[in-house]
Amino acid sequence: MAALQFRNVTLGYDRHPAVHHLSGEVASGALVAVIGPNGAGKSTLLRGIVGILRPLDGSIHLGGLDSRDIAYLPQSAEIDRSFPISVFDFVSTGLWRMAGLFGGIGRSARDKIIRAIASVGLNGFENRPIGTLSGGQMQRVLFARVLLQDARLIVLDEPFNAIDSKTTVDLLALVKHWHGEGRTVLAALHDMEMVRTHFSETLVLARGPVAWGPTSEVLTPENLLVAMRMCEAFDDGAAACAADDARARAA
Amino acid sequence: MLFDVLIGPFTEFEFMRRALAAVIALAIAGAPIGVFLMLRRMSLVGDAMAHAILPGAAVGFLLSGLNLFAMTAGGLIAGFAVAILAGVVARSTGLKEDASLATFYLASLALGVTIVSIKGTNIDLLHVLFGNILAMDDQTLLVVAFNATVTLVVLAVIYRPLVIESVDPLFLRTVSRAGGPAHLAFLALVVVNLVNGFQALGTLLAVGLMILPAGIARFWSRDLTAMICIAVVAAAVSGYAGLVLSFQTRVPSGPAIILVATVLYIVSVLFGRVGGVVRQLFPGRHLEA
Repeated sequence: MAALQFRNVTLGYDRHPAVHHLSGEVASGALVAVIGPNGAGKSTLLRGIVGILRPLDGSIHLGGLDSRDIAYLPQSAEIDRSFPISVFDFVSTGLWRMAGLFGGIGRSARDKIIRAIASVGLNGFENRPIGTLSGGQMQRVLFARVLLQDARLIVLDEPFNAIDSKTTVDLLALVKHWHGEGRTVLAALHDMEMVRTHFSETLVLARGPVAWGPTSEVLTPENLLVAMRMCEAFDDGAAACAADDARARAA
Repeated sequence: MLFDVLIGPFTEFEFMRRALAAVIALAIAGAPIGVFLMLRRMSLVGDAMAHAILPGAAVGFLLSGLNLFAMTAGGLIAGFAVAILAGVVARSTGLKEDASLATFYLASLALGVTIVSIKGTNIDLLHVLFGNILAMDDQTLLVVAFNATVTLVVLAVIYRPLVIESVDPLFLRTVSRAGGPAHLAFLALVVVNLVNGFQALGTLLAVGLMILPAGIARFWSRDLTAMICIAVVAAAVSGYAGLVLSFQTRVPSGPAIILVATVLYIVSVLFGRVGGVVRQLFPGRHLEA
């Protein structure tokens, strides 16, 4: 059964596509790497999946999941770390679906939060302001929040960016643990060796799909070369998409 | 002697007691709003909004006198009109939103002063621009207290989404649609508290009792709850000391309150334990961990 279906989806900003005409599906329980050069549309695709960005065209179907079943790990640059909030409070936002606007955080919820923080190796960091953490520690905090969300679909945007090898190993183990539990995991990545070794399925993206399938078949020098040569044009005077016109004529 | 200077004015004169109650209400409601304005990097937006709401508040003032309900309604309409117009121009022309807001708030301020000048007297204009907390009557005090109560209730309702949206807006958008309404409600609270401050401080200084205490709190704590508490106390102390200063020296009450807050701010910049100048110059021996 598909956890995610893309039906000729185009995502972008202000009519300019960042991901163009993507179709396909992600099976429930799959572990999928999304790769491509900078500007390829990886983050845009993930934002479309979690509902932050509406498709310009086509649609994304969540295969019976609702938005409550999705956990999203954004790039840490999106987070204002100067805000005075402790690790405990930050991680506790992962309980939003349970607590909502007014729900209290009782003893069992507090235990859950402390366990989540401990399971990413940050015992004793509960009261630390997030602004005092290193990049790797902040990434662990984000993983603790995802852990607390207990979601069936997990979407990770460059989760191993600019962190050391030990942290990477620890957090990768967590990702594989989630996969082992039958959760569906999508991760935007740059480390080809990691993708080759640990991710069974790969989508190569270059503002549109270049290849999608088993990693061993997809991660080829030819496909990577095509991705590297992607068109980065951004033209306010560009004509309306010809593929859309052709489809309209065919219909 | 000290009793006569510090307590005497409040035991002796009813208008001083009313003024003290008003500044405490303003401090309790306005300072937490100021903390969020600062943390959301909107301090100058608050200042711009204070100017932008002048025409609406002025129309309310001219129609109903110093009726805070009329002034709040007018202020809300003018504030939202400026915020929306600035946003529409920024999105449709590519002009930066702060530049767009600057244009509209200046136009709005000019319009407000024009309305008051044409329809009112110079005394009206001075009243709106600089306020006079010592002239506050019981009814106005009740409105100030009502607005402060509404502020605290609404802030409690939007507190959680406001915090999450400030620190991690993308995450909030994945789990809830409360971010947009919370931001709008927050802007409404900014306007309500600016209008609330009109009587005490005038349009030009109303934002002062929100932003200065927030700036003071930033130098003393890294914890949000503690920052809000410190800001409320700093605002209340500024209000009290400003009233005493005004009473004893005849300095206008609004500027006196803001000047006291400024002194507290300077002390905090110098001696604050979170990033204060002295702390940075003489940090002491380094710790083990």
